Amino acid sequence: MERMVVLKKEILRIGEEALHELQQLNNSEALQELKVKVLGKKGSLTALLRQMGSLGPEERPMMGQVVNEMRSRLEKAWEERSAELEVIALEKRLAAERIDISLPGSRVASGHYHPLTQVVEEIEDIFLGMGFQIAEGPEIESDYYNFEALNLPKDHPAREMQDSFYITEEILLRTQTSPVQIRTMEKLHPHLPVKVIAPGTVYRNDDDATHSPMFHQVEGLMVDQGIRMSDLKGILLNFSRQMFGESREIRLRPSFFPFTEPSAEVDVSCMLCGGAGCRLCKGTGWIEILGSGMVHPKVLEMGGYNPKEVTGFAFGMGVERIAMLKFGIEDMRLLFDNDLRFLQQF
Amino acid sequence: MKVSMEWLHKLVDVNQTAEELAETLTRGGIEVESVENLNKGFEKVVIGEISSLTKHPNADRLWVCDVNVGQKNVTIVTGAQNLQAGDRIPVAMIGAVLPNDLAIRKSKLRGVVSEGMLCSREELLLDASVGLDRSEGGILVLAAEAPIGENFGKYLGREDSVLDLELYPNRPDCLAMVNVAREVASLTGKQPHLPKWADTAKGLDLPAAENLKIIIEEEELCRRYAGLVVENVHIAPSPEWMQRRLKAAGVRPISNIVDITNYCMLEMGQPLHAFDRDKITGNIHVRSAKAGEKIVTLDGVERSLQADTLLIADDRQALAVAGVMGGVDSEVTGDTKCLLIESAHFAGVSIRRTSRRLGLRSEASNRYEKGVNPYGCVATLGRVCELLLELGAGRPVAFLDELKTLPLQRQITLSVQHTSTVLGLELKDSDIRQVLENLNFKYEEMEGIFDVEIPTYRADLEIEEDLMEEVARLRGYDLIPTTLPQGDTTQGRRTPEQEFRRRLRKVLVQSGMDEVMTYTFTGAAKDAQWGSAQHSISLLNPLREELSVMRTSLVPGLLEVAAKNTARRNTEISIFEVGTTYWGDEKPLRELPREVLRVAGVAVGKSGRHWLNSQTQYDFFYVKGILEEIAREFGLKFDYRMSENRPRLHPGRSADVYLHNECIGFLGEIHPSEEKEWALERAVLFELDLGVLFKHMRPIVRAQSIPRFPAINRDLAVVVPIDTSAAAVMTKIHKLGGELLQNVELFDVYTGKSIPEGRKSLAFSLHYQSLERTLTDEEVNILNSRILEGIQQEFDAEWRK
Ligand SMILES: [Zn+2]
Repeated sequence: MERMVVLKKEILRIGEEALHELQQLNNSEALQELKVKVLGKKGSLTALLRQMGSLGPEERPMMGQVVNEMRSRLEKAWEERSAELEVIALEKRLAAERIDISLPGSRVASGHYHPLTQVVEEIEDIFLGMGFQIAEGPEIESDYYNFEALNLPKDHPAREMQDSFYITEEILLRTQTSPVQIRTMEKLHPHLPVKVIAPGTVYRNDDDATHSPMFHQVEGLMVDQGIRMSDLKGILLNFSRQMFGESREIRLRPSFFPFTEPSAEVDVSCMLCGGAGCRLCKGTGWIEILGSGMVHPKVLEMGGYNPKEVTGFAFGMGVERIAMLKFGIEDMRLLFDNDLRFLQQF
Repeated sequence: MKVSMEWLHKLVDVNQTAEELAETLTRGGIEVESVENLNKGFEKVVIGEISSLTKHPNADRLWVCDVNVGQKNVTIVTGAQNLQAGDRIPVAMIGAVLPNDLAIRKSKLRGVVSEGMLCSREELLLDASVGLDRSEGGILVLAAEAPIGENFGKYLGREDSVLDLELYPNRPDCLAMVNVAREVASLTGKQPHLPKWADTAKGLDLPAAENLKIIIEEEELCRRYAGLVVENVHIAPSPEWMQRRLKAAGVRPISNIVDITNYCMLEMGQPLHAFDRDKITGNIHVRSAKAGEKIVTLDGVERSLQADTLLIADDRQALAVAGVMGGVDSEVTGDTKCLLIESAHFAGVSIRRTSRRLGLRSEASNRYEKGVNPYGCVATLGRVCELLLELGAGRPVAFLDELKTLPLQRQITLSVQHTSTVLGLELKDSDIRQVLENLNFKYEEMEGIFDVEIPTYRADLEIEEDLMEEVARLRGYDLIPTTLPQGDTTQGRRTPEQEFRRRLRKVLVQSGMDEVMTYTFTGAAKDAQWGSAQHSISLLNPLREELSVMRTSLVPGLLEVAAKNTARRNTEISIFEVGTTYWGDEKPLRELPREVLRVAGVAVGKSGRHWLNSQTQYDFFYVKGILEEIAREFGLKFDYRMSENRPRLHPGRSADVYLHNECIGFLGEIHPSEEKEWALERAVLFELDLGVLFKHMRPIVRAQSIPRFPAINRDLAVVVPIDTSAAAVMTKIHKLGGELLQNVELFDVYTGKSIPEGRKSLAFSLHYQSLERTLTDEEVNILNSRILEGIQQEFDAEWRK
């Protein structure tokens, strides 16, 4: 009996000491060490447990209960303490890892597309979405494709609208993307429908604040049975809204192109003032964006189609102009100046 | 074409302001470029009379005037010393903004309130022809009968607006006032009231000229030549109303005869020319110039004529360059007693050629170039007769009309149904009728088919579609609905090549390069440096020498951009362009040349400083990295060989790029001796041909499964002679490693401490992998040793432990 009292006292002493000590510990390794020292195979409490053999059989269960209670008290305390220490350690880590979030982010070395590329691709995507293909043709063209096949015979006064760069008398830098109309029809006929746009570089002998000797156009051509001028209007309204905003309206004005009849200039309601009148639209509420019309019967014939069986529409727009309107660029020359401070804005 | 509103009002009822009419015309297809108010600056200037003038109480040099401006009197202070009571003077009222932009406000001058300003010629931008002589140096004093209270601009005949029409080439008819009036009438639904000659085709009621014949020798270039002989000519200034209209149209008044010919041209669209009849010897010949023939034109210049120049001549000599300018020898002068007035039709092509060649352009040549109605020649002379008599300038006595084949009068059949279909606009017969009536066109109608007689002045109307446009524009383009094309839907997608170019741009942009766009023409010398002078194509009419040949290389354009940016202190330059080069295989070109697509780039400087990242120097390897990125994107492998024959590149820092044993371009540092020309230091550039790239690109990615068995990595460092090619060592490793060696990376190149002079250390990371099983260390060790031995033998290499 006496033996049991001594043992019990010893258990309590070791237990209380360990409980006290673990409160002082402030890292999980020391905590683990202490745990082994007390509860491990060779631990002090475990050693006491072995001495239970010296007790009487009726004392053993009582003693077992004392040991187990102490063990679970210790284990609970260990758990609590180690959770506490984890929290402390985490807080310490978080405090240590604090950064100055105002510092600039690391460099992502991505370049920039030229604004004209962006605009051409946007125009392409809009028309691809409406089922048009993209056609291309040479920049150095024959007089035949650039003029004659487009109903502009030699000495036609309308040739004067365009000052050309010549290479020989018969070969020149194309002044418009319209020759691609003829080339496309020649290639596709008699297939229907013909439904293409033709983006490309064009040239005119002109160089001032509003003209560049080299610039870009996107031509459009659709030929099929029963194509109407109202279809042209519908396609261009659709385009204008996708390009310049859902609330845009368009209007057509009579115009003249040798290769279309009837012909129309197309205005879009001003994207800056919405039509009320401002500096951009010179107070009119409208901005001219492209030329268009029904394909001239002679041009259809030149392309190999019978104008009695099919009709078509065509249009052409200046990419620089669209880009200037879209991005608010005031001076066209910036587009070919290639100053990186300008290009890197896009 | 400048159209005076005052004149237009005489030819058609207009109930719109000039601005409104401009809008109507523009929406109707006749673009009005500007509306000029001739009275600008005079809106608030009126004629006043000085009732009294007294010395200013507080200033010696100033006068206080009491001025009657019609409805009331105003007090005005002036410093002018040339006035007296009763003088009529221009008064700028408060609110006026004068032609010299001076704004008039109420002001107080030394205690006296001045309610306006008395004006001098200078302030009104007038010359000495206006007002009395004593206006000089002071206030403009007008004639005593100047009406008090009248607007000063009106008094000067300036109360008019002028519309400037920007005509499309298909509407030269609108270079005549009568046709502008017709157009206005059609668009506004009004009736024009034109001179009777505008609508008549009959001849003049005059006898044929005696002793004078017209002989047309160039039938192709002159379809018609009509002449009017005028006697009792009395040369004098033309009346004020005519001068005013001429001035509004931008034509300088000269004398009654010249003014009548100009006036009739502006009105009817038919150019006219007056000869002194007495200076004509024999008959009139319309012929081509003889070689070496000369003429002194009205501007006093002696001109040598080329053989194909169309002339008007008499039996002896040239009298005029047809349609362009008269000669001095037959010029109308103050002594002229008898005239021959020419009203002819010349071919536009010939007139254009001549006027270009002589550098002479006139109202007449402009009209001939654009197209004149040959049916109007005689009618215009009828109008001339009317005005000659009205002005008392002479008496028409005889008439000639030599006429060759004229173009047929046109008839166009218009189907209402077809028009509705093409326009997408539902039209009734009555709609078409209405349009044709508004146009004043004659027609016959049968069950929706209209046979329309086209007036000769509308030469632009040739086919049914032309009439459809008339219908659409007179009805208003706004009436056309918006529809979408019917028929099967089609699929739009880029061709593989278009997609390839897009991906290429994307790789370059993602690699950090900025896209630029340069002119495709450049200077011959610059292009020859980087491209091929043998193939370059020259323009016949370049803007300037630096833009005179089509490029055969993109490099000069890019170097220029790089140099320009460097000069502007943009120091991180990494740019590319995807563009066309142009290759002519013969000189001169007979066939269209080859257009070859290329990509090129230039990098110079280093990436910007950043607190986190180290600066990247734009060097050979930076650019090579980008090329490798391109190769990777398209599933290709480029081969780099030290370049020979690239004298403008650094010989030790440049490479030719090969793909499947074909040289597709180069990369390298610019040769130090080139740096000065471009003011660029250590620029690195590349240029690749895209055709071969596209041909060999991997069309589609074939996915590979991820290996299920672990890989083993081994590092291998060897010390080799310094000029050993790392790529060669790598190739050898691959070969020796066989199938199990999946990948080799070079991760370190080192020279310096612990490496002997003349040698370098290369460190590779070798990645062994089997798709079938787990590799053992032993077999990898065997492979590694085999590789090391092989390299030691081939490259004089030592193993670096
Ligand atoms: Zn606006």
